[in-house]
Amino acid sequence: MSAEKNIQEILTDFEVRSLDTVCINESTQQHPWWYNFKYLAVGILFGIVFVKAEIISWFRMQEMFRFQSFHMYGVIGTAVVVGAISIALIKKFKVKTIHGEEINFTPKKFNKGQIIGGLIFGLGWALTGACPGPIFAQIGMGITVMIVVLLSAIAGTWVYGYFRDRLPH
Amino acid sequence: MKEFLQQPWPWYVAGVLIGLIVPALLILGNKHFGISANLRHACAACFPSNINFFKYDWKKESWNLFFVGGILIGALIAALGLPDPNPIVVNPDLVNELNTYGINDYSSMVPQQLVSWDSLFTARGLIMMVGGGFLVGFGSRYAGGCTSGHAIMGLSNLQWPSLVATCCFMAGGFLMANLILPFIMKL
Repeated sequence: MSAEKNIQEILTDFEVRSLDTVCINESTQQHPWWYNFKYLAVGILFGIVFVKAEIISWFRMQEMFRFQSFHMYGVIGTAVVVGAISIALIKKFKVKTIHGEEINFTPKKFNKGQIIGGLIFGLGWALTGACPGPIFAQIGMGITVMIVVLLSAIAGTWVYGYFRDRLPH
Repeated sequence: MKEFLQQPWPWYVAGVLIGLIVPALLILGNKHFGISANLRHACAACFPSNINFFKYDWKKESWNLFFVGGILIGALIAALGLPDPNPIVVNPDLVNELNTYGINDYSSMVPQQLVSWDSLFTARGLIMMVGGGFLVGFGSRYAGGCTSGHAIMGLSNLQWPSLVATCCFMAGGFLMANLILPFIMKL
């Protein structure tokens, strides 16, 4: 394979992934696979918070959508404020990663999917009482039937991928 | 100390800790907080089926799979190590409403009478779990992210398309919880 063709493939790969919201940072650093355990550690903390703050509770979601409790609004609101201050500080002081790499941000482009897909997601969120993160946490805490919900969500993602070109964006 | 940690944590503690995940992932390796993309990675890894949307190198995103693996383990640790002995406290209005659908078990994070293997084979259980799961997967990818990618990461980075998405998430939720769910519950 020629070098040019190889670069073309890398660019196509980047373009395909950049249509999504997460992880399009093209790190040039190569790390052994076990470096990923640092993300496992952050995930463990997240999982504990999910359970202990009852963010994975179906009842809390129903309360939120009926304005019967401030809890979830407080959680998400505080998280956004803390996240926004953190990102502002990272940008202002040009904070680098622990491996010395520059931290970069990609602006999100607007498309109709955020409206139509957002509404569809909201329907599912209130129905299952769980968004994707809590589904994993519920399986972890032993609510094994949520595996069915997870498989169904993967199926939904696949069907979206299949019809993607024919859907309004 | 253990008893203190066993009670439900208040929103401000959870909010601050979740907010700190955003800079933690960025500083640990330039990663953007997001979860629903894992569903796409699962498709790309297992059933790409020659669909362009799933033709990418999912192994580059394996950090994301480690992250959700952590969520699974963390939830297990919390459930075994810091179990809350008391039933979940729910707003009395919701208790009354759920009572009319025959739901009165508050021993778990989810209503056992709705979210269980037995319930899966009832009309309302099937709609909730299989239908709901499908909508979550389809909708989050169509919107380009879920609560973590849009509502937390996107809003933290002041992205207005994420605000649009978040408002639509909430609108869909209000619609389902207040107007559609009552009919499904009566099935």
